[in-house]
Amino acid sequence: MLKAALACGVLASIHVTALLADFASPVPFATQQREYAFAPPTHIRWFDREGGFQLRPFVYARVDATNVKRYPVQFFVHGSSYQLGPVTLDRHLFGVAAPARLFLLGTDGFGRDQFSRLLAGGRISLTAGWLATILSLSIGTGLGALAGFYGGWLDHSIMRIGEASLTLPWLYLLLAGRAFLPLGVPAASAYLILIAVVGVLGWARPARVVRGLTLALRERGYVVAARGFGATSGYILRRHILPDALPVLVTQAAILVPQYILAELTLSFLGLGIDEPVPSWGNMLAAVQHYNILVSYWWMLVPALAPAAVSLCCFAIGDALLRRRRAVPL
Amino acid sequence: MQIRRKCSAAQLLLLVCASSLSAEDLLVTSLPPGRYGGDLVVAERSEPKVLNPVIAVDSLSREVIGLMMADLVHINRESQRTEPALARSVDISEGGRRFIVHLRRGLRFSDGHPFDADDVLFSFQVYLDENIHSPQRDLLIIGGKPVSLTKQDQYTVAFAFAQPYGPGERLFDGFPILPRHLLIGPYKEGKLNKSWGLNMTAGEFAGLGPFRYKEYVPGQRLVVERNPYYWKQDSARQRLPYLNRIIFEYVGNEDAQVLRFQSGDADIISRISAANFETLSKQANGVRRLIDAGPSLEYTFLFFNLNDLSNKSLPQIESKQGWFRDLSFRRAVSMLIDRQSIDRLVYAGRAAPISTHVTPGNKLWASSRVTPVSRSLETARSLLASAGFSWNAGGKLIDGAGRPVGFSIVTNTGNNERLQMATMIQQDLEQAGITVRVVSLEFRSLLDRLMTTFNYEACVLGLASGDVDPGSEMSVWPSDGSTHLWDLSKSGLKSGWQMEIDHLMASQMRSTDRAERKRMYDRVQELIAGNLPIIPLVSPDVLAGAKAKLKNFSPAVLLPYVLWNIEELYWSEQ
Repeated sequence: MLKAALACGVLASIHVTALLADFASPVPFATQQREYAFAPPTHIRWFDREGGFQLRPFVYARVDATNVKRYPVQFFVHGSSYQLGPVTLDRHLFGVAAPARLFLLGTDGFGRDQFSRLLAGGRISLTAGWLATILSLSIGTGLGALAGFYGGWLDHSIMRIGEASLTLPWLYLLLAGRAFLPLGVPAASAYLILIAVVGVLGWARPARVVRGLTLALRERGYVVAARGFGATSGYILRRHILPDALPVLVTQAAILVPQYILAELTLSFLGLGIDEPVPSWGNMLAAVQHYNILVSYWWMLVPALAPAAVSLCCFAIGDALLRRRRAVPL
Repeated sequence: MQIRRKCSAAQLLLLVCASSLSAEDLLVTSLPPGRYGGDLVVAERSEPKVLNPVIAVDSLSREVIGLMMADLVHINRESQRTEPALARSVDISEGGRRFIVHLRRGLRFSDGHPFDADDVLFSFQVYLDENIHSPQRDLLIIGGKPVSLTKQDQYTVAFAFAQPYGPGERLFDGFPILPRHLLIGPYKEGKLNKSWGLNMTAGEFAGLGPFRYKEYVPGQRLVVERNPYYWKQDSARQRLPYLNRIIFEYVGNEDAQVLRFQSGDADIISRISAANFETLSKQANGVRRLIDAGPSLEYTFLFFNLNDLSNKSLPQIESKQGWFRDLSFRRAVSMLIDRQSIDRLVYAGRAAPISTHVTPGNKLWASSRVTPVSRSLETARSLLASAGFSWNAGGKLIDGAGRPVGFSIVTNTGNNERLQMATMIQQDLEQAGITVRVVSLEFRSLLDRLMTTFNYEACVLGLASGDVDPGSEMSVWPSDGSTHLWDLSKSGLKSGWQMEIDHLMASQMRSTDRAERKRMYDRVQELIAGNLPIIPLVSPDVLAGAKAKLKNFSPAVLLPYVLWNIEELYWSEQ
């Protein structure tokens, strides 16, 4: 349980950080500081060159040809303005005074701060994961429950359509979808439409799980009793079957979210990800497919840790839920 | 008596051999002697599609074909000028309407069969045949009429043109001479298009190039071997080429190409990105030599949709064409783009910012009168203001009707450089309050939008000239050109400067006076730089590498970048 609680904590903090990305980032994710292209992570120091300990961490920056100066890391600094819900703010969690620069995770080929992009990219990738999961689960649960509960030709046709959709070459569908999208659609919307398509196409697997569960549940004594007392099918589904299926759905969600985050990585790798300059974990990692970047700039690989962490946390939670469900018989 | 008769027969044989050898009119180059032996391994991304020069269009097929075939007159990729090849000389008469081509005598195809005027007549008959659909055919239609050929004797062919042909003997560079004895059969049967596919056997092939076809293993490699009948010699009268075999290995992508070169499995690398070139340069040791041959003939550019969309029902794009057609708007966009940063970040400093389509790599035709574009936010803003644009309270550019100014730039997925350029342009234009969306599309759907539906606003693309001569740009700059990308609608709404370009391009093709052609082409360049139908960005360098032991390796900016002097390459002893 401790592991699951820890995973929940990490997952929650990743989500909160992604939500507050503009505040937690020292610079906007799209700002190109071209003179700092592929700058390595800034060295944050506690000890100065003379060996003296400094209470406040600092960075060194060159002020002219001969002089290097110390710039302390400051917190709650003023910077570029951003929207947080309805409010316009200009405070950032941390930063350093110019001309110093603070790149926690280095910069990319345009001189854009990788840390800021990682946080902002989290918003897109996590939204993609959740959106596709919710769509898959909603459609899958609805159709799976109907198929399992009513059986007969309805069950037969829903399951055959499901199997057919599993064999669809979704990558080509996405390529076609992308080609036909109007150019005027903003980058994030265009991208979320594609993710929604992925989510909708993914309904068959959860539908099969829910159908199996419904088939078992509808024969339970309390369901038969409810039916005997004259309960309608809708009532039985709503009051007895779906609530019992909920733990299974949560476990499914824990598996599907990382799966769809990985799908986002695949889309970006194929150039179907979100358009520039909006970051996502997928398009940040897509840069690493180039050999020269892989061998020359190690910090470009750091974004891989984010989806890995989310996946591990989700799997830990899913695992815990599964154990709990096995421990408590239905 | 018997012995005497035998002796005289042997003497006669010797005499015949000697006379046949002396009749072999070989081309003796000034090349210092090299060393025979060794193979050359070239790692390529993908395979050639066909080895038939009549129908080959992709550059990889043409590269392999170039090793095995020869043309009448050849363009020296280094000097960019023509030099005799299978033709010993060409006499031009009747004010450029008639070319008398004198062929080298006694040459043989790679299978030992003699070469003469009949092969030339047959080759051009094939290239001109409408049923064959050769991509080169259009080049032989001059003044609306096909070139006509007459055989004057076994080694002399006359070419007659309907009008004087400006590029002159450069024409012959793209027409490899075919072996009549092997291809006349398939041609008569209507099967020439199917001949010389990748599945042919070595016996089915013969050419006049330095190498001849040996074998092809699908998905793995293609091997060509030394042609013992090749017609060039070095200064020590050693017959070229020096190398025994060229082995093309197909590795799938550029990164695999780089790794093969790095590990020493491949001897030559070309067509690599600047980023990979830099990576290899950092790891360079005495074993490998990397060469930056300077700006290529490729020009990358941004262009707006200037097609007539009145019958396309694309009202959103049509409503923006007012801005795109405004020269001040295009000039302001051009001035906002930081070409130096594109050079530095996208091409690692291995590109040249350009202000017209003729790149600095074109030594013979680049105009010195075209000035580089200087980036200036202030001038751009004043240009926009003078054209009726203004800025709202949020700093966004709005037009005279108060509409915010913004557009999308499409580019193709898989081309990282173009995507990077579009992203940089996005930020550059943001500084003047212009909102740009970058949309990357799969290449075929991009082409469909550009060429057929015209459903795009702006695009970043690149074109590469096949030759330095302005004749190679005839499909791009005249308003009826098939690659006149920004306005393919042929609406008839031509601006004054476009009409002048049409006139100048047509005139320079008719003129045989090089100085006059240069003057006309200079003017075309000025018109393009001044009116910006495209906004030129940069011209990437030709980057290549080879093992240091490979001698005479000298990449050029004309295709094929590295194998153009394959017959001269040899391995040094160290």
